[in-house]
Amino acid sequence: MRAEDWRKMGLKDEEYQLITEIIGRDPNYVELGMYSVMWSEHCSYKNSKEVLRTFPTKGERVLQGPGENAGIVDIGDGLAVCFKIESHNHPSAIEPYQGAATGVGGIIRDIFTMGARPIALLNSLRFGSMEDARARYIFNGVVSGIAGYGNCIGIPTVGGEVYFDTCYQGNPLVNAMCVGLLETDKIKRGQASGTGNPVILVGARTGRDGMHGVTFASEELSAASEEKRPAVQVGDPFMEKLLLEACLELIHNDDVVGIQDLGGAGLTCATSEMASRAGTGLEIELDRVPCREQGMTPYEIMLSESQERMLMVVLPEKEGKVHEVFRRWGLTSTTIGHVTEDGILRVRMGGKVVAELPARSLAEDAPVYCPAFVEPVYLRTTAQLQLAEIPDLDDAEKVLLQLLSAPNIASKEWVWQQYDYMVRTCTVVLPGSDAAVLRLRGTKKGLAMTVDCNSRYVYLDPYLGGKIAVAEAARNLVCSGGEPLAVTDCLNFGNPEKAEIFWQFRKAVEGISEACLAFATPVIGGNVSFYNETNGEAIYPTPTVGMVGLLEDVEKRCTQEFKADGDLIVLLGETYEELGGSEYLATIHGKVAGMPPALELDKEKALHKLLLGAIGKDLLKSAHDLSEGGLAVALAECTFGNNIAAAVELHSNGLRSDSLLFGESQSRVLLSVAADKVEVLLALAAQENVPARVIGRTGGERLSLTLDGREVINLPLDKMKHAWREAIGCLLK
Amino acid sequence: MKFGVVVFPGSNCDLDAYHLVKDVLGEQADYIWHQEESVSGFDCLILPGGFSYGDYLRCGAIARFSPVMKSVVAFARSGGLVIGICNGFQVLLEAGLLPGALYRNLCLQFRCIFTHLKVENRQTPFTLGIETGRLLRIPIAHGEGNYYADADTLRRMEANGQIVFRYATADGEITDAANPNGSLYNIAGVCNEAKNVLGMMPHPERAGEAALGSEDGRLIFQSILKSWEGSR
Repeated sequence: MRAEDWRKMGLKDEEYQLITEIIGRDPNYVELGMYSVMWSEHCSYKNSKEVLRTFPTKGERVLQGPGENAGIVDIGDGLAVCFKIESHNHPSAIEPYQGAATGVGGIIRDIFTMGARPIALLNSLRFGSMEDARARYIFNGVVSGIAGYGNCIGIPTVGGEVYFDTCYQGNPLVNAMCVGLLETDKIKRGQASGTGNPVILVGARTGRDGMHGVTFASEELSAASEEKRPAVQVGDPFMEKLLLEACLELIHNDDVVGIQDLGGAGLTCATSEMASRAGTGLEIELDRVPCREQGMTPYEIMLSESQERMLMVVLPEKEGKVHEVFRRWGLTSTTIGHVTEDGILRVRMGGKVVAELPARSLAEDAPVYCPAFVEPVYLRTTAQLQLAEIPDLDDAEKVLLQLLSAPNIASKEWVWQQYDYMVRTCTVVLPGSDAAVLRLRGTKKGLAMTVDCNSRYVYLDPYLGGKIAVAEAARNLVCSGGEPLAVTDCLNFGNPEKAEIFWQFRKAVEGISEACLAFATPVIGGNVSFYNETNGEAIYPTPTVGMVGLLEDVEKRCTQEFKADGDLIVLLGETYEELGGSEYLATIHGKVAGMPPALELDKEKALHKLLLGAIGKDLLKSAHDLSEGGLAVALAECTFGNNIAAAVELHSNGLRSDSLLFGESQSRVLLSVAADKVEVLLALAAQENVPARVIGRTGGERLSLTLDGREVINLPLDKMKHAWREAIGCLLK
Repeated sequence: MKFGVVVFPGSNCDLDAYHLVKDVLGEQADYIWHQEESVSGFDCLILPGGFSYGDYLRCGAIARFSPVMKSVVAFARSGGLVIGICNGFQVLLEAGLLPGALYRNLCLQFRCIFTHLKVENRQTPFTLGIETGRLLRIPIAHGEGNYYADADTLRRMEANGQIVFRYATADGEITDAANPNGSLYNIAGVCNEAKNVLGMMPHPERAGEAALGSEDGRLIFQSILKSWEGSR
């Protein structure tokens, strides 16, 4: 074996050395390929493992934590919710439609593999500036790809977030999350147990697509990346719909011992992981694998990332029945081997053994690195924000309209109206509110779900930014009436071999961990995506937080829009002079600087307790958390849903007016409350030590806002709504 | 009354239609797998939405060759009530049970939004219970719902009262702005000459409960019940 062979596959010289030590000989070409994909960052987490161990992962409700295809949380009544988020960034940068579509397909398979019926999809998307033609092309393609896959397979896409920033110009982020529902006694795991049990491959034929996809995902993007287009797979949502129904039928009837999908690193990953988890070995015959074309080599079959394939281990007496069920669903299934007890993954083709490796060494024995880390130099510059040099508001109306039409704040209707968010008729809070809410048929319960991350905050302070991502996700759930259950995260960063990037990573994980501990929302799974760089430039560190919350009574759900004229508007939380990292600074003053707003976890927790209590007592008409654009933008957003405007009176108490109107201080929520319930609410707030004050009243057709008695905003609702609603569509014309 | 919900590989609104007739309206319902050859015992057939066979070819073009379709056609020809929703509408067109065709949406994108429907003919089994002047608020979710028929066919359909629903504004005006997909004359739903087969792009099964934002879709199923009771 020549050094250039393993280097070309992304293995380091010392990693090759380690392989020869493990197996006591030089690997052949097939074996080398298998190690190279399994030991890639994407599959082995070799750079991140040590840090990820610091996440809190346990909790009373946790039935399955990290390490399986997806995490599972108990929600009572014999039911559990299974969810996970995963990235498909690099494929989407090269081939946006298929890259995004197969990202959706992959995360859906992770969920039904666990025995759960997928009930909802969410996504977190980030693109370059809409002024750039290629960024627009990628944006368009990614949205169509998500729509194409999710709509066809019939799982509603109910929520998500979309951000635009030049740091994502060459390296967009496409993070897809899937939520599934299952009975607690039907959980399945990816284990190949039971010596002699047959191993069945089902679904699409194996082709030459997606070779070395995981290796491609574990390196930086450059001009040469376009040549890696063959590393992007092509999705077939119809095939996946059939697979989903057939697999769930088999799991429901207890016909399955272990099951795993074929995603990154294809057959190599599924066989070695399933055997490794069960402490067994597998023997497979590649001649039996149905291929798309003749003459595929063992190397190609073992590394292919063709989509819509599953590997299943069943009892010998169930083998015939299992094939029969697949046949009824029009699927091709083949027994390709069986479970052994020697711990070896043995691969045969044409009567010869073409690979023979300890399964565990592929799945578990990749070297673990502790990359060096150092505080990034840029932080010294960004931290220097002199507010005194920034002129305070001159025309608040103009700024509000500019912010409402800024792509990061503007309505994302252009995006979500391309998604079927209603199929399965359980979506009871549609896209556009703080979190999506789904009812659970046959129960009174509901699930609230959201994905969140303000990556500008994380860039300016990774630790605080990580904390805020969790807090905001939890706040979104709570505003909808859901009690936060657990977290799945998608950690998108640059090249971890660069010390400054790895510092960002460590700090963000620290912040996320601390917040998750405080809210008792353990991390039950997720995904790390490194090497998000183009020509050496890293994206903002973007640890996307996906969170699911439980509503014991879905009828109590709460949404953000004002409901009636004459209700009182209450602001919860305290506003400080905090403009660092704000959308206002970036959009109006072109500055990404300062420290993100402070976050006190105790105050945030008190806020959550108050909100859940108030929603439970039917005290609230609406609730909306304050995020990008601050109070003024949140107010405007509350008026859009039912076309009910408001009149609000604020007092500056020495604060700059831009801080007051557009600052992004944390732990704040805007409520509307019927006049006869406001006393009770304020008393409850006092009891929980949450600052609360009545700032105005709903009604009319204009948003009026006075500051120390002077009216600084008086805008017709339709004018604001038009600016907010049409912005994205206009940018694409 | 017993509803049969036909399930093709790739159907995905079968559950929703079943749920509405069974759990919400309390009628009998059963799924009919596409390989079944008989539809006997059912009073009304629902061809649900979805992406039958992935719709990789023209929508519905493969589903219409499913074994069950022979008996669906026979059932329709003998006067049985058939309603095709979204992909089901596309299948009915392909099967020749309804006139016209559906192109890709004019905007070339999938659209999932609430629409308002004006009821143009209340003399069908699917609309006879809907009071005059009542608009229906029902969502659409499709990429190919742009209805087309040639001028002669359209004239005949108009004369014969086969245009059942049109997209309208919230005030009941038929305007271009209210047209979500470019359909000729804002057509959202049509029936056959005999009025026992209805095809519509909007999803009444998604508008059957207050929790989903509208209950107007129930009016269509309640009309079906009423007409079935009247015919017994």
